[in-house]
Amino acid sequence: MLLEIDGLNSHYGRIHALKSASLTVREGELVALVGANGAGKTTLLRTLSGVHPASSGMIRFDGCDITRMRASRRVAEGVVQVPEGRQLFGPQSVEDNLRLGAFRRGSGRPAEDLERLYALFPMLKVKRDQPAGTLSGGQQQIVALARALMAKPRLLLLDEPSMGLAPLLVAEIFDAVQRLKREGTTILLVEQNAHAALAIADRGYVIETGEIVLSDSGAALLSNERVRQAYLGL
Amino acid sequence: MFAELLQYMLSGLTIGAIYALAGLGFSIIYNASHVINFAQGEFIMIGGMASATLTASGVPLPLAILIGCGGAMLVGVLVAKFAVERARNASTVTLIIITIGASIFLRGVAELVWGKDFKRLDAFSGETPIQLMGASMQPQSLWVVGCAAVLIVAIGLFFNRTLTGKAMLATSHNRLAAQLVGIDVKRVVLASFALSAALGAIGGAVVAPITFSYTEMGIMLGLKGFTAAVLGGLGHGPGAVAGGLIVGVAEALGAGYLSSAYKDAVAFVIILAVLLFMPNGLFGKRGTERV
Repeated sequence: MLLEIDGLNSHYGRIHALKSASLTVREGELVALVGANGAGKTTLLRTLSGVHPASSGMIRFDGCDITRMRASRRVAEGVVQVPEGRQLFGPQSVEDNLRLGAFRRGSGRPAEDLERLYALFPMLKVKRDQPAGTLSGGQQQIVALARALMAKPRLLLLDEPSMGLAPLLVAEIFDAVQRLKREGTTILLVEQNAHAALAIADRGYVIETGEIVLSDSGAALLSNERVRQAYLGL
Repeated sequence: MFAELLQYMLSGLTIGAIYALAGLGFSIIYNASHVINFAQGEFIMIGGMASATLTASGVPLPLAILIGCGGAMLVGVLVAKFAVERARNASTVTLIIITIGASIFLRGVAELVWGKDFKRLDAFSGETPIQLMGASMQPQSLWVVGCAAVLIVAIGLFFNRTLTGKAMLATSHNRLAAQLVGIDVKRVVLASFALSAALGAIGGAVVAPITFSYTEMGIMLGLKGFTAAVLGGLGHGPGAVAGGLIVGVAEALGAGYLSSAYKDAVAFVIILAVLLFMPNGLFGKRGTERV
């Protein structure tokens, strides 16, 4: 088991945003977490990355308890997040954004990875000297994804990668996610776009008002009556 | 006529270089932590006092400057760790009051250690004035301007060429994203205080032969540095440098052509005008980023 979350609670002030959530991700799996706006998806990822504190419960990554580990160390351990809304270093160049993605890797070989990502997403190479903040939404999402890949994630956390993008770009982003999975990256994908997420996921969890209410294989959730009514509008 | 103007310009640029360093210090700390550190002037004072008193007791000048610089950096880190970091979630005004408190405390400690009187530091390479087209210049002015220029270029290279510098910049652009790529933002804040303290202390040491050192020398230099930073656009490094030079020259011209009684008033008129008419400063960002 690469990631084990057990009875995790998290608060924003007096708001109980995450209520005893439990979830697991195995090595190589693509797990989707779907739910409505405000259900607690982003809180779960923020707590996983250590930028929001857990009130109680346990996060175990590759056998180690990381519940209280500081955010920067978790990145070094391989828990890397692509945050909601891209969150690029706007005034800095695309290439600087990517290099900063490899910040925790120290002397490694970021140059080689940079070339690999340029080959994978040729747009990055064209725009590499431009301030990241001047790119379009879809391009920024690709920069955010590539920046996270520069960290050599063992577990990639994706928060709403399709949010605010045109349908064509959504397809492109999901293609990239599937390709990463095929290459062996373990992914926890958080999406409001439940249909697209569950369609490519091995397994899925449904979260409602801070509680995980359903979990099953992606396909089974897609045909689950309750999911279809609540999230797929069918 | 021209010689007079040149004379004022030269002395303005000399003191302006120190304002530029102080302004850069304000901007570096502001970028990393959104704190306006009013103890910046005290870093200058520590540099000036340490180098003056240490050389007086026989320590070679370069070593004295180095010790002063190290001491100021340590003080900077302590201020960050025990005064600023503890109040992480406090409002901006509270944080400003905390740094003002820290500056008063540092002045008090300096008075206990060094006493109240003026300390003299010999000019680094003699006192024979250099004649330049009718104006005369202290050789120490060249030291001040030269050291400031070297430091400013070094800081520029650090922030634009090294990964550590880029990481510090990135933290100012987006704190959340910085954490998510694994930058330890607390250490960035500590580093920013250390860096600003070093800039201030070296500035204080090179300017000490011109201004003399005393425990309250940091008050005015710090406020002028703040003016420089605001004039250039708070958080904008090159802006702070330009701001410092402008404030220095404006002050020297004001003192020369109006009355030296107005010397300090010039900087404060500038800061009032900036706050009233262009609060973003000369180069500050105007919030046109795409989201």
